[in-house]
Amino acid sequence: MTHSALPDQVAGDFYTNNFAKNAQEGSLILNLGPQHPSTHGVLRVVVEMDGEYILRAEPVLGYLHRMHEKMAEVKTAAQFIPNMGRVDYGHALGWNWAFVGAVEKLAGIEVPERAEYVRVITCELNRLASHLLWWGAYLLDLGAFTPIMYAFDDREKILDILQAPTGSRLTYSYFRIGGVAKDLNEDCLSRIRAFIPWMRERLPMYKDLVSDNIILRKRIEGIGVIEPEVCRRFGATGPVIRGSGIAYDVRRSDPYSVYPKLDFEIPTSDLMDARGRYDVRIAEFEQSLRIIEQCLDMMPEGDVLVKGAPKPSWKAPKGEAYFAVEGARGKIGVYLVSDGGKNLYRTKLRAPGFCNLSLFAEVSRGTILADAVAILGSLDLIIPEIDR
Amino acid sequence: MNAIKEAIKTVSDLWSLMVGLRVTGKYFLEPQRTVRYPWKAVSNIGTFKGHLELVGGGQKDPFKPRCISCGMCALACPSHCITVVKKKAPKPTPEEEKALAEAKANGEKTKDKAPKDPEKFVYDYSLCSLCGTCIENCPAGALSFTGNVYMAGYSRNDFLFDLVVKLRDSQAPAPAEPAAVPAETSEA
Ligand code: SF4
Ligand code: SF4
Repeated sequence: MTHSALPDQVAGDFYTNNFAKNAQEGSLILNLGPQHPSTHGVLRVVVEMDGEYILRAEPVLGYLHRMHEKMAEVKTAAQFIPNMGRVDYGHALGWNWAFVGAVEKLAGIEVPERAEYVRVITCELNRLASHLLWWGAYLLDLGAFTPIMYAFDDREKILDILQAPTGSRLTYSYFRIGGVAKDLNEDCLSRIRAFIPWMRERLPMYKDLVSDNIILRKRIEGIGVIEPEVCRRFGATGPVIRGSGIAYDVRRSDPYSVYPKLDFEIPTSDLMDARGRYDVRIAEFEQSLRIIEQCLDMMPEGDVLVKGAPKPSWKAPKGEAYFAVEGARGKIGVYLVSDGGKNLYRTKLRAPGFCNLSLFAEVSRGTILADAVAILGSLDLIIPEIDR
Repeated sequence: MNAIKEAIKTVSDLWSLMVGLRVTGKYFLEPQRTVRYPWKAVSNIGTFKGHLELVGGGQKDPFKPRCISCGMCALACPSHCITVVKKKAPKPTPEEEKALAEAKANGEKTKDKAPKDPEKFVYDYSLCSLCGTCIENCPAGALSFTGNVYMAGYSRNDFLFDLVVKLRDSQAPAPAEPAAVPAETSEA
């Protein structure tokens, strides 16, 4: 049945109707989501189908909108940190960092050296956890159930490690303006040290189990090709742009913290397709492990929180600041404007997933529906982050 | 020639499946990684941050809070989940009044008799984001997280505690029910 044959009252909501205006004769309007297993949250994509082929697609956002930016206007800077753990549950510490980094830049607060290393270590561990989550969930989308069990086995180890300093397993609120809340103790450090070789040993297994698997290769090779130019146009960042061959990584392009002192590579892939993005993320496992390893050796002793760190009643000085970090999904940016009052005047959150998702409409055109799901997964979307 | 290439490719493709199966088989024979929950518990509960509790030890009594009712935690909390109700100063007995007047007459400094520990410390766990801001801002070190991971309830009020009562009740060997307070008193 085509959309035009439906009576008005069942013809869909505003988005569907708006979308259906330009529909071709004989096409089918289909809603993928908002509750669909392959959208990991509540993403809704309206697609116009001609048989199995997608003519047009349009993401509909806002189902998980929680007004984080508005909340920043009614809380003081230090009180806003718990929100940052909840923007992107996959890589919560990246968001923690982007926000505290912006406030530190605004107020000119120096972070103790040890705290910088602690931040890098925990942030990279969190990145590993995020990539593992993506890896498991992506393969689940593609119909492979077992890999997520392996991924979560490792992810569990990371969460156990991160639970010690942060106290939580997912929505961390660990960074503070001027440092971090708690130091990594010896026990925690030794567990991180033990984790690195463990994870290194697992990587070949991942390759054997999944990466080389012919079924996966047939599913993701050559689909969702994104030209570097298109990536630039849409503002895509993270593994998506690196999967298209551009070595853009905030840790190198706009270095912050102690990253300039660390030796690591920015993996890229010239394949430009879903496989390219997959390869980039898999290669990033090793790079993150390298970073953590170096940090453990280079970490100095000392405080992890600057003396006189801002209290909840602290007022940010007048001015504006922008700070960006490399999250697991791309460039996380926080832009602050302060008028010197109790709360920040404006907090703008730049979510990498938002730009990455907008690519979907472009690349899904002309693909079959099953491939569209594979493309969607390869963009590594965390919906709460997109809606904010 | 092409046919041979095709055949080799097919074989190597099939081989990739065998390699994957070998991994699965290997892990199938390994000991179980998961924990069978009700019979066994995970080992890392100690580092978990559960709901808040008041630290005892005020006036040398382990079941009296160390809290001095300053209200810093309630101010610092981003989610407004804490309400501290101060104790009113007890009415001095006639003897005390006399002693006080004497002391004043002698020019001695008199101490405020109002007890510092709170009358009520209402905490709404359902609003708490477990960020730790309150703990970091408590001047008396009177707050901490519990490692209670088994918190579950049937209604919203099950997560509304008076932490003073909770601390006092913790000396009883088996606390029956979480001390719930009526919803009206929680309005901040
Ligand atoms: S942990 Fe955070 S949200 Fe919970 S009571 Fe303390 S300050 Fe409030
Ligand atoms: S718990 Fe600490 S911060 Fe809160 S009222 Fe008591 S002493 Fe003050």
